[in-house]
Amino acid sequence: MNLKNISTSVPKKDHKGKVSGQLAYISDVKVENMVYGVLYRSPIAYGKIKSIQLPDLPEGYEAVGAEHITGPNYVKIIKEDQPIFANEWVNYIGEPILMLVGKDLDILYRLLDEVKMELEEHQAIFTLDEAIKQKSSPGVTMASYEFGESLESISAIEQGACQIIEEEYNTGYQEHVYLEPQGMLGIYKEDEIVVQGSMQCLYYIKNALITALACGDDDVRVVQSPTGGGFGGKEEFPSMMACHVAVAAKAVKKSVMLVFDRSEDMVVTTKRHPAKLKYRTALDKEGNIMSMCVEVFLDGGANVGLSSVVLQRALLNSAGVYKIPHFHAKGYVLKTNTVPNGAFRGFGAPQSFAGIESHIGHLSKRANIDPLDYKRKYLVQQGDPTITKGNFRDPILMEDMIEDLLNASNYKKKKAEFQTFNQQNQRYKKGIGTSLFLHGCGFTGSGERDHIKAKVKLYKSKDNQVSLKISNSDMGQGIFTTLSKIVAKELDLPYEEVLYPYPDTKEVPDSGPTVASRTTMIVGKLLERAAKKLKAQWLTGVEQEVTEDYVHREMIPWDEKTFTGDAYPAYSWGVNFVEVEVDTLTGNVKLEKVYANYEVGKVIDDRVMKGQIDGGLAQGLAYGYLEKMTSKEGRIQQKSITDYGPPTSMDVVTIQSKVFDNPYADGPYGAKGAGELTLIGGAPAVQAAIEDALQTSFQQIPITPEVIIESLWMKEGEEG
Amino acid sequence: MIKFNLNGRKIETDAPPTARLLDVIREDFTLIGTKEGCGEGECGACSVFVNNLLQNSCLIPIGSIDGAEVVTIEGIMESDQFKILDESYSEAGGVQCGYCIPGMVMASAALLSQNPHPSEDEIREGISGNLCRCTGYNMIVEAINMAAKKGDGLWKKQ
Ligand code: FES
Ligand code: FES
Repeated sequence: MNLKNISTSVPKKDHKGKVSGQLAYISDVKVENMVYGVLYRSPIAYGKIKSIQLPDLPEGYEAVGAEHITGPNYVKIIKEDQPIFANEWVNYIGEPILMLVGKDLDILYRLLDEVKMELEEHQAIFTLDEAIKQKSSPGVTMASYEFGESLESISAIEQGACQIIEEEYNTGYQEHVYLEPQGMLGIYKEDEIVVQGSMQCLYYIKNALITALACGDDDVRVVQSPTGGGFGGKEEFPSMMACHVAVAAKAVKKSVMLVFDRSEDMVVTTKRHPAKLKYRTALDKEGNIMSMCVEVFLDGGANVGLSSVVLQRALLNSAGVYKIPHFHAKGYVLKTNTVPNGAFRGFGAPQSFAGIESHIGHLSKRANIDPLDYKRKYLVQQGDPTITKGNFRDPILMEDMIEDLLNASNYKKKKAEFQTFNQQNQRYKKGIGTSLFLHGCGFTGSGERDHIKAKVKLYKSKDNQVSLKISNSDMGQGIFTTLSKIVAKELDLPYEEVLYPYPDTKEVPDSGPTVASRTTMIVGKLLERAAKKLKAQWLTGVEQEVTEDYVHREMIPWDEKTFTGDAYPAYSWGVNFVEVEVDTLTGNVKLEKVYANYEVGKVIDDRVMKGQIDGGLAQGLAYGYLEKMTSKEGRIQQKSITDYGPPTSMDVVTIQSKVFDNPYADGPYGAKGAGELTLIGGAPAVQAAIEDALQTSFQQIPITPEVIIESLWMKEGEEG
Repeated sequence: MIKFNLNGRKIETDAPPTARLLDVIREDFTLIGTKEGCGEGECGACSVFVNNLLQNSCLIPIGSIDGAEVVTIEGIMESDQFKILDESYSEAGGVQCGYCIPGMVMASAALLSQNPHPSEDEIREGISGNLCRCTGYNMIVEAINMAAKKGDGLWKKQ
């Protein structure tokens, strides 16, 4: 297939193996001399390990713990605060302490039950609210940032305000529920340890292994297996499992397989940070915004992990898509003795957008203006500064995207119809809500230049077959297809003939992790350049190799200390309209219609993009009203998929979506990031729709039936 | 010794009667197309046909299926029906990470053989026991719709 228009869909590279089920995920793999590993985990939230007593282990069964780690006992992420095997203090229920390995899983689970441990329990912090109260105690604040206009000048503005509105908003956990639970295999070989499994970031894992095993670059190798969904859940978490299986494989000189079952996966793996957002906004007498202060608190869980970076993104999005005249923001990651929270599609932005869209929506009600009209007054425009004194330098199509959805949804007419419907119906109430949002593409600030330093390679064999040599994972999002397509088009080769094998660090350079909506834009651009180079040097029948390195385009330099400069090279944009029907008797919310417009520069494959829209939005909508995870005294309460409640085919409706073209100069064919954007607008739009239906305000997501019923009671109380 | 028919072959296994059909299929017969997503009957990744009915193999102790006919995705892979589903899933873009897909395909085949011309609501209901976290289902619904049309006649009720 030769490609005329890059957006025209092609069959996915990995379709055949997936549709038939014959592609081997990690749990389908068996290697010679393989044993299983199971983890003994902390039963308490915070305390000191006094002693551990192992049962008598039968022949062929062994215990592996901190004493087997040749390097330092931590998983290399950012800070050195996450032990591979906790051996002194435990900081959350489920923290790994040791691993039992052996042939038979049933025997391993039985032995696990017989491990005895003596612990000295200490007073734990279980909730974000407790952590906020103790945020100045040592160790509780794990990261914090502050920026914007000085509080003095803001308070001067507040002096002249007609009113000051304060709101507090809470968001809950979100669990990834990638359908394939986490799994990792450590393959033992005389001269190397090969770690293979379900993952997004090969070199994060490789670097963690080099540290943990205190070994050389050639002593470890990381290979991605087909990955059954990631959504951020397989960004940093797999590094810990990789350390477990590698340490164990080295210790017992056998290959060690560690695969979680669903309940273990739900209880011990990272989740989206629960957050509290506080808004303090000064209004003039017409209800116009004069100034705004935002405070963001993230529940980091027991280790900092990637939380500081998640907080950065949460803060960078704290003003949404709006130009607020005078703005100040501050944020904290706080430690609680609960399972560590981490990366999840959107990475702090979904919390911020849920909060700011809710707040602005509530302000519009006070001003008696339709929420969308009110939001449009403050919408940023090309050339406007960002809240960090960066610049929105590219064209912004939001106005067109909004107009288009106003027409497509018949918004004005709908509003009137719903009003009549609601007057005539006691039990069912209909509403329509909107959300406006953006997503900064790629790493924050100078991350690509200073930390990632991506490199890509194209290899051409003697028989002129071209392969992509990069470390990025296809976890279902479709980069096997999209990136191959970019290379094929540049080289004028049939798409089917370009190869992109599952990456193996022995074969591929570090093109960076598969995160942050960076792959298409950053790696795709490097591949486009590499392909151009290869084309220029092309010699038929000769083996050839070209590489390309990341080149930073200097804009307003990012300064992490002062939180100023261009936080992102480019932004993708979105508008969602959602219609719901609420059953006031049961509190159930039914989605009726969903409309979505996006702008991602240029679409590399229409079908892949549609998959991102439908899947991302389904997760985003569910985050707003369906998916609820809680922790009680440090214990996650939802241990099964049904307890948690991700959407089924019956919860979702057809999504009417459109993608606007707005090519970006530094993206391949003009493409920007798309994977995370599609999730972000779901929750705020669904909240606004429920509020519209019930003519009430909520200060939290998820808005579950219980929350709805409670608010209806309160409303009745007030009115009655 | 428990005997049953697996993908048209008579087989015997000395696995204990409490062993899960899922494990027997995967471990003893190395048929990897049947996946485990939850082990609790909640996701449908392990869907197989037992006596022509769609079942979650993680919930079935093999002791209960003595003499039964079990068909996994491998057992339908060569059929015309599978070919149509394969094409339709590709054309509609129904496959992302792929982990739910063999189960989804089994559920699709089950639905279409019961109801060769399902409405959108019937399709949604037909796959409601199969969880997919990647696609938001719509492109899968579209794939099944497409398969119903393309394979018109193939899905006649048996
Ligand atoms: S694994 Fe059987 S239903 Fe999920
Ligand atoms: S394609 Fe990933 S779960 Fe369905």
